[in-house]
Amino acid sequence: MAEAPARPSAQAWTPAQPLVEVRGLRTWFPVRSGVINRVVGQVRAVDGVDLDIRQGETLGLVGESGCGKSTLGRSILRLVQPTAGEVRFKGRDILRIGSRSMRRMRREMSIIFQDPFASLDPRQTVADILGEALDIHRLARSTRARKERVSELLGLVGLSGDFAGRYPHEFSGGQRQRIGIARALAVDPSFIVCDEPISALDVSIQAQIINLLEQLQDKFHLTYLFIAHDLSVVKHISDRIAVMYVGKVVEVSPARDLYRQPKHPYTGSLLSAIPIPDPRLERRRERIILKGDVASPLNPPSGCRFRTRCFKAQPRCAETEPPLETVNLGDHKAACYYPLS
Amino acid sequence: MSFAHLLEVDDIHTHLAVKDGTVRAVDGVSFTIDAGETLGIVGESGSGKSMTALSIMRLLPRSGSIVEGKVTFKGRVLTDLSEDEMEAMRGTEIAMIFQDPMTSLNPVYRIGWQVGEPLRIHRHVDTRKSIVAAVDLLRKAGIPDAPRRVGQFPHMFSGGMRQRAMIAMGLSTSPSLLIADEPTTALDVTIQAQILDLLRTLNRDYGTATILITHNLGVVAGMCDRVIVMYAGRVVEQGRTEDVFARPEHPYTWSLLRSIPRLDADEHEPLKPIDGSPPDMVRLPAGCKFTPRCPFAIGRCAKEEPELLAVRNQLSRCWVTQGGVTLDGAGVG
Repeated sequence: MAEAPARPSAQAWTPAQPLVEVRGLRTWFPVRSGVINRVVGQVRAVDGVDLDIRQGETLGLVGESGCGKSTLGRSILRLVQPTAGEVRFKGRDILRIGSRSMRRMRREMSIIFQDPFASLDPRQTVADILGEALDIHRLARSTRARKERVSELLGLVGLSGDFAGRYPHEFSGGQRQRIGIARALAVDPSFIVCDEPISALDVSIQAQIINLLEQLQDKFHLTYLFIAHDLSVVKHISDRIAVMYVGKVVEVSPARDLYRQPKHPYTGSLLSAIPIPDPRLERRRERIILKGDVASPLNPPSGCRFRTRCFKAQPRCAETEPPLETVNLGDHKAACYYPLS
Repeated sequence: MSFAHLLEVDDIHTHLAVKDGTVRAVDGVSFTIDAGETLGIVGESGSGKSMTALSIMRLLPRSGSIVEGKVTFKGRVLTDLSEDEMEAMRGTEIAMIFQDPMTSLNPVYRIGWQVGEPLRIHRHVDTRKSIVAAVDLLRKAGIPDAPRRVGQFPHMFSGGMRQRAMIAMGLSTSPSLLIADEPTTALDVTIQAQILDLLRTLNRDYGTATILITHNLGVVAGMCDRVIVMYAGRVVEQGRTEDVFARPEHPYTWSLLRSIPRLDADEHEPLKPIDGSPPDMVRLPAGCKFTPRCPFAIGRCAKEEPELLAVRNQLSRCWVTQGGVTLDGAGVG
């Protein structure tokens, strides 16, 4: 596991350092049962993650449902309280700061949710949805300033300012996701967690939203943590990609290298499972079909968690957990004793 | 009995009554499928692909009805059968699996009981034999430890396992047609790969004709011999999968193929999205329904609706390509 550098003070942080540094992060959820609600187990949703998110980059986070990717995203924003570890944002450990400092920090970070139908309050107008964050953080001095900002935000996401008085049900899925993005932008953040932002949208709408996110990133120098299960989308939008399996990051690499030379057998099988829309290519492709299902985060296997489904597993894999180590030149890390060549 | 095709769908019109009017969910869809074939139906939500399948199965919601058209299966007109005759057909000759295997399995019955049910009802097999058969079916569907698994309840199965159980149930009476409606949409990609592999194997080993309904063009590319592209309740393009992907002849297919990011793309280029939104099915525009979003539209498109006619190797419902214009920069490979 990577050695954590000495904790820098807030003043010492420079943009050359990672914007977000995650160290030894654990987020466990207790499972209770019985009449006295005794804790009978822990769901180890995030179980010891070290990860850097660099200023201005898009870090893609992929993995199958239940692997902990959404919990990791929410833990980084402290929307769920992690069990242990550190999340340093611009050098400050946000898990250990008071609520007032945290509120100030919240203006720097934001989130876009998956479901544009469930994440907008149906009884609020668009102006209220977008204005709420402005009010909480006192970002609009007057009613007029608030109104102008709302209309500016709508313009940024390609919607007409006339929509401010309307309600969510009057919009299509793609338009609602634009409103969700405008809400995330309201506080003028530097970091946004995009949690499956396009998976609930129609195929023909997805590209519009991806392009919008990319344009906004350029315009405002945003840093994204882009969580998705669709590797083709993640590969398109990300500079680097981290792959999660049962609470652990098993591989992290520049996007292109990950596709060309996956090192972890899980990444390899994930890539080979994704259908490519080209009939001639699809018929020639060799597939790694994994056995079985994803291991349970309630009781993960010993050693490497992927070993129960892995086609390269050896006795050693069951004994100790492989550390996340550099496998290629430079920027490519994987946690595997027998990486793919 | 001899018949030209295993299944013949002839100009089906299915209407749904909704709050503010009538939705022509399926508006004149025709196609055929032969034994051993895999046919893909692609389209976005609301394009009518699921309603087409439910019309074939006559499993439409209460608000829906087939107002016109004919479905013929092995020479029998399904749309003329009584409900009892249709019920027998569904249990034996045509099987359907759905997107969400949790809601399609009954939570209070054991898996073995449910998988063996079609055999008890339609083949009059006794309970014990039906359970024995269920073990065998589950094994064929790739469920490990099947003798123990038959005694379990659906909630003890993972999503992928439930979908396998549904497939096992569907195949219990050796149907000649399997309709799979988004069978892998709710599943993770590694599990999707397992299920698609299973469907491929069944198709190869038993010659079961398969209609695969999906919004995933990658799945179609890997699975289907032929493909139907639907938009606003209509077939807009139809042809051999290779032809349609290599040189789409409808602007919707063309735009869709360009808009999706590809895993094997090398350079980072901005995606080319399709403008606008999917159509409001209650208030469809006149003429070709794709006109408001179409980069190739000409004057005629907004006024008259084109027919589905032969263009090169496939069928396309487009004035532009029917007029001999090539959609350029399209296609893959």
